[in-house]
Amino acid sequence: MTEKTGIDGTVQTKYYTFENPTYLILESGEKIEPIILAYETYGKLNQKKSNAILVLHALSGDAHAAGFHKGAKRAGWWDEMIGPGKALDTEKYFVICSNVLAGCRGSTGPSSINPKTRKPYGTDFPIVTIKDMVSAQLRLIEHLGIEKLLTVVGGSMGGMQVLQWMISYPERILSAIPIATTMKHSPQQIAFNEVGRQAIMADQNWNNGDYYLASAPDRGLAIARMVGHITYMSDVSMAEKFGRRRKSNGTPFKFDSDFEVEGYLRYRGDNFVKRFDANSYLYITKAIDYFNILNGKRLSEIFKELNAKVLVLAFKSDWLYPVYQSREIVKACKLAGVDTTYCEVNSNYGHDAFLLEVEEETDLIKHFLKTVFNGNGDNSNVKAVI
Amino acid sequence: MVITLMSKPSSKLEHKIILDWIKQSKSVLDLGCGSGELTKKLVKEKNVRAQGIEIDEQAIHKCVVNGLSVFQQDIDTGLAEYLDKSFDYVILSQTLQQVKKPEFVLKEALRVGKQTIVSFPNFVYYPARFQIFFKGKVPVTPSLPHEWYETPNLHFLSISDFIKYCTQNKITIEDSVYIRKNKKVNIFPNFFAELGVFLLSDKMVN
Repeated sequence: MTEKTGIDGTVQTKYYTFENPTYLILESGEKIEPIILAYETYGKLNQKKSNAILVLHALSGDAHAAGFHKGAKRAGWWDEMIGPGKALDTEKYFVICSNVLAGCRGSTGPSSINPKTRKPYGTDFPIVTIKDMVSAQLRLIEHLGIEKLLTVVGGSMGGMQVLQWMISYPERILSAIPIATTMKHSPQQIAFNEVGRQAIMADQNWNNGDYYLASAPDRGLAIARMVGHITYMSDVSMAEKFGRRRKSNGTPFKFDSDFEVEGYLRYRGDNFVKRFDANSYLYITKAIDYFNILNGKRLSEIFKELNAKVLVLAFKSDWLYPVYQSREIVKACKLAGVDTTYCEVNSNYGHDAFLLEVEEETDLIKHFLKTVFNGNGDNSNVKAVI
Repeated sequence: MVITLMSKPSSKLEHKIILDWIKQSKSVLDLGCGSGELTKKLVKEKNVRAQGIEIDEQAIHKCVVNGLSVFQQDIDTGLAEYLDKSFDYVILSQTLQQVKKPEFVLKEALRVGKQTIVSFPNFVYYPARFQIFFKGKVPVTPSLPHEWYETPNLHFLSISDFIKYCTQNKITIEDSVYIRKNKKVNIFPNFFAELGVFLLSDKMVN
């Protein structure tokens, strides 16, 4: 029996403070300084620096994508995909994951100290877009001495960053893997995010974002997370996971969490507040909602600069990022003559599938990367004439 | 069209003929490419730039393993995103009889491809005729291996039917080869051949 092995030893989060220049000009025109990005790396960068993969995390993710921190019991959020022999094989590739700008897991965000006031930014933190997150990532990649990434890969908001890389820095990537994502957030998607934001802002502790010296708006953030979790699952996955089972056979209608699904959501909500900052949640969901790479452009123009191979993945039961949104991405790729593969994975997990359908994703991503890595260099003129 | 991984009759010689027809370093769109066996050969031997379209998820996985680019899509929905003549060749290898709208799919293929290659099992070759005539049953033969209730083939056509259709619609048949048991059939193909392979273009149209 071959056992899946993980990354040897423990992993550590590293921090890159921007230098030369020390600031970043945001899409809004605002300047932000200093900037720190938290990141982790797994595997070794080869001599040609041609084996680097950038993993992009979703709304609640962080730089800790794989392996174990010292003393930790839980592995990184995509550990099943990253490691020796896994989809992103750390024996072959050098894998990088950084916490997004505006995040709260080590990168500069609303909970960081504003040098002007020497207090946490709170809502004085400038509005950040997906494009800004990607601009910041480019700085990190340059700092690591990497000219061209073998691939950029991520699901959900991570997928949006992948799409942004495809547009902003097409010459910097050999391939791209957007998973369960969209080229623009739909009204329904914005609506769910808005419920989450309202829950936070309705919490008295929120105090217009100025709560770092007092109690945080934990209730509001927990409710936001509960709404999120509902949208990440599917009717079928919920029925399978919880059914109508109750936690005890006691008297019903007491507004305790009698149903297992209620207990699960409360547990998820309560846990989330231990590791996430409410203001970051507001900023990041806004960045997601404003995401629209079409922005008045024709579909055929979007990827016209792109000369990379693309693997688009979607999941049939994902109703938050439905397959039609991935098909639009594929359509734009086709119109631009981009060498693309598209697969709609049969899964019951809903949007969460991008974290759970490890076997399917591994099979596709592993072989796709192999093709890209082996054909590295020869693909520069394969762009279709279409 | 659901089943694409099934065995296809005489595909060895069919693939060889298609390989002979396709020139070096051209672009190819393979509709219903299955697990990409033909596409892979074309990339390897003819250095073509290939794109497959396939509906079956497991077949897509095999294509990716084979290093091919493939879209999961139902070709019955058409090829709207592709401009006219944007591929040197469009291939419908034993696919046409399995789609819901063969005429629409064929027209789309002819529109998008400078040349189109079509192959299909001949439903009236003699073993099939004998079964219908003497046994009074819908034929089940090595090239038509499915019972009526499980066949992926939705449309039944003969070599003569197809030639007639091309003539009526001013589709030019530039070349054709007929096959039985991986050998070429030179006489009475509509009677002897289990598979017809056609190289088409719509030069005559307009």
